[in-house]
Amino acid sequence: MRALARAITLVERRDPQARALQQALRDRVGKAYVVGFTGAPGTGKSTLVDALVAHLRKQDRAVAVIATDPNSPFTGGAILGDRIRMQRHALDKKVFIRSMGARGHLGGLALATREAIRLLGAFGFDPVILETVGVGQSELEVAAVADTTVVVLTPNLGDGVQMIKAGILEIADVFVVNKADLEGYQRVMIELRSMLSLAARGEAGSWKPPIVATAAAKGEGIDGLWEAIESHRKHLEATGRAEAQAEQRLRDETTEVVAELARERARAALADDGRLAERLLQDGTPYEVAEEILRQLT
Amino acid sequence: MKVRAKDPRQVWQEEFDSSASRRNDGIETSTISGVPVEPLYTSDDLPARPEEMPGQYPYTRGIHPTGYRGRLWTMRQFSGFATAQETNRRYKYLLANGQTGLSVAFDMPTLMGQDSDAPTSRGEIGHCGVAIDSLADMETLFEGIPLGDITTSMTINSPAAILLCMYLAVAEKQGVSFKKLGGTLQNDILKEFIAQKEFIFPPEPSMRLVVDSIEYCAKEVPKWNTISISGYHIREAGSTAAQELAFTLADGMAYVDACIERGMHIDEFASRLSFFFDAHIDFFEEIAKFRAARRIWARWMREKYGARDERSWKLRFHTQTAGVSLTAQQPELNIARTALEAMSAVLGGTQSLHTNAMDEVLALPTDKAARLALRTQQLIAYETGVANTIDPLGGSYFVEALTDEMERQAEAYFKRIEELGGVIPAIEAAFFQKEIADAAFRYQQELEQKRRLMVGVNEFTVDEEEEIDILRIDPKLEREQVERVRAVRAKRDQARCTKALTRLRKAAAGTDNLMPHILEAVRAYATEGEIMSTLIEVFGLYTERAVI
Amino acid sequence: MAAKTATKPVRIVMAKVGLDGHDRGVKVVARALRDAGYEVIYTGLRQTPEMVVDAALQEDAQVIGLSLHSGAHMTLFPAVIEELKKRDATDIVVFGGGIIPDDDIAELKKQGVAELFTPGTPLQDIVAWLKKRFPEGG
Repeated sequence: MRALARAITLVERRDPQARALQQALRDRVGKAYVVGFTGAPGTGKSTLVDALVAHLRKQDRAVAVIATDPNSPFTGGAILGDRIRMQRHALDKKVFIRSMGARGHLGGLALATREAIRLLGAFGFDPVILETVGVGQSELEVAAVADTTVVVLTPNLGDGVQMIKAGILEIADVFVVNKADLEGYQRVMIELRSMLSLAARGEAGSWKPPIVATAAAKGEGIDGLWEAIESHRKHLEATGRAEAQAEQRLRDETTEVVAELARERARAALADDGRLAERLLQDGTPYEVAEEILRQLT
Repeated sequence: MKVRAKDPRQVWQEEFDSSASRRNDGIETSTISGVPVEPLYTSDDLPARPEEMPGQYPYTRGIHPTGYRGRLWTMRQFSGFATAQETNRRYKYLLANGQTGLSVAFDMPTLMGQDSDAPTSRGEIGHCGVAIDSLADMETLFEGIPLGDITTSMTINSPAAILLCMYLAVAEKQGVSFKKLGGTLQNDILKEFIAQKEFIFPPEPSMRLVVDSIEYCAKEVPKWNTISISGYHIREAGSTAAQELAFTLADGMAYVDACIERGMHIDEFASRLSFFFDAHIDFFEEIAKFRAARRIWARWMREKYGARDERSWKLRFHTQTAGVSLTAQQPELNIARTALEAMSAVLGGTQSLHTNAMDEVLALPTDKAARLALRTQQLIAYETGVANTIDPLGGSYFVEALTDEMERQAEAYFKRIEELGGVIPAIEAAFFQKEIADAAFRYQQELEQKRRLMVGVNEFTVDEEEEIDILRIDPKLEREQVERVRAVRAKRDQARCTKALTRLRKAAAGTDNLMPHILEAVRAYATEGEIMSTLIEVFGLYTERAVI
Repeated sequence: MAAKTATKPVRIVMAKVGLDGHDRGVKVVARALRDAGYEVIYTGLRQTPEMVVDAALQEDAQVIGLSLHSGAHMTLFPAVIEELKKRDATDIVVFGGGIIPDDDIAELKKQGVAELFTPGTPLQDIVAWLKKRFPEGG
């Protein structure tokens, strides 16, 4: 277990040793299915994930959870507290929980997460559950990595479903209305349904995201949730979307790696090449210097 | 030409402003909670309201017309350690030395509803209080102490109903009628979720147990204070005085709401609700806090809840001097701290008081330190003269202004809590926990920056700290307690016990008041852990949402 | 054009072991450590030694910080050290805080606890101690 944990650290750090490790593991059987959970703070995501893990453990599956929390932009530090909600799985050998700060990963969180997922899959964990705090970019990052993206809502959303950011509705493969035991849950369901029908994706045979009601604290609705996730997975396989998605991801990843490498070189160039730095100041705009750096790369 | 005489206050202001004399030590001049404090208060700062009297609504100056002239506060020192037998000895010692009420501290396993032989009890037995596993231990604890003649306060929360039933069962064996029993049960589960974190079950069933105990006592144990709605722990967790005040009273109202929902009438139970506050080191802020508490509670009880019995409006409270203000460095100084804090509680009109011993930062108090703490109260009561008049600081420009400010801040918090949907939704949204964590961190920053001092810790330190004697628990006692609980299980009528626990489980799944069922289980020598396990089977366990 | 190794912050698992729930101290320290650039994985209350070590292994943490106010430190700290030995992870540094008398501190250090901080210790002292041990991260 420590080996796996250390390997994840290596890929997080983009350590050169990681590359060798990844090559070695490439042939290992086991690709993990990735389910991403996102939603505003307070929607009970951690409790939901905890309940889902329990459900999967009953089927004797080995599950991994990657929980991300924001780092301080100033100090780089973070407090990662998602494990607390998953106490009952502590000491279960078939549950692996890893907390990740959202920053400090060259190339962004998505890259580090993908590597970690490959490792977890290679070690036999399937599915891998990603849990993020739904603020800022993180929902989109989750969607880029997850095979099925679950968006979690609750009845006490204040101004209602309208408040949900545009873009979130589009990335959701499954909607969960958690805390369904609270007042107002029916209203959220209705609002959500009407918003979804308005935004209907048109093409025949396309996936229509189901809305699942859960009361995670009571352990209710979890089988419905897993069923919804499973049927999405089957849909992806049946329509060949799975493969297309995987291909697209690999391409996205490649672009990200290129971007990361280029970014590093650009930083180094601006730091080391005094001439460039001076020219930048003279220009006052980045574009020409940027092109110069790109030219230097090739 | 006539020269108009200058307003004296104006003169003072000018002199103050123009004076070169100014402290520049960088120390904050606000209260420890951050309430700004003016250099001077005058009659201009006196709130415009009709003069208030002790014993008259809204009781700002005290709930009794006689104050301490009628009766001094109860000197109630919290204690308990290791075994029931040793604690029994300490009780007899304190009673002989003039203590007027007993207060029981339980050890961690007991507080958490675990038997001494549970694996997670290892290393924790008897360290911070007495280990009580069953009625047998309770009988030993009160051996030779007539329950009809004293009052007892029991500091326990999640398993409170069980310990109360044990106390009742002991009284039964002594032949004392329940109707004669007086005392207090802390039984305040809401502050566990907020601050002390000794919760076991989720909020809903926890509240049910509290309401069961209030309902039961209203009929069967009418002199018993069913709950000690606590601010102490909230304060110790790092809250400000206003937060302590507001969160405690809000909790109180949540309990009132729950009891009314159960079908009780406010006047049936409200007079037996009691409170428990911290007496921290910022002297005047604490006095203002206590006075504001009485006024706020009286108003809400009468205006919002429509209570008609005067006793329902009167807030009665116990105070403990602030543990968190004590230092491990130069610990004798804690005696002085405690004395000053105790003084503020007395000037605030507390009904009962616990003074900390000087060595409590390090361990449970030695006999000598415990006695000194008690003597401190006796000093205040009999030598300083502050008990000769009621609410001596009434009318003080500063204290009245500060009392009003406390009230204002508390009311602002009530609104915020209401917006969140009430206390329990606020707990689940981690509102209180966040406020407390922020306040704690802020204070720590102030200390680190020396904007506030802790004498002996961040200033006025000494290089060589003296060794002081501290009390150590003999590890042998842990083994003996483990033996004891096993012996109780072996000796009892197992059939009676099993039957009682089965009935309890059934009742817990239903809506019966659980007190009679718990009492029967206790009589059958079911252990605390067994009773808790039975309830956990039905109620489940609670994990908090941690907010840092 | 080798990719640079990212400087990842030093990871610290912080927990309260034993039954006591006084988490003011551990939370204040966690914040201070975050502000100093560390990644703090807070695993909460009522942790057993096994749970703490397990978490430290999964999270690939370099440090474990324990908080204890119930007097059970002579049982629980050694239990954590023992568990680390069992899991072959004695490179993980263990420190702690709480109400611990001086003689006990000395004894616990002998048993492998790296440092113990008593009430009144300024946060900056704790941070300074960590920085000294882990100059490269945090």
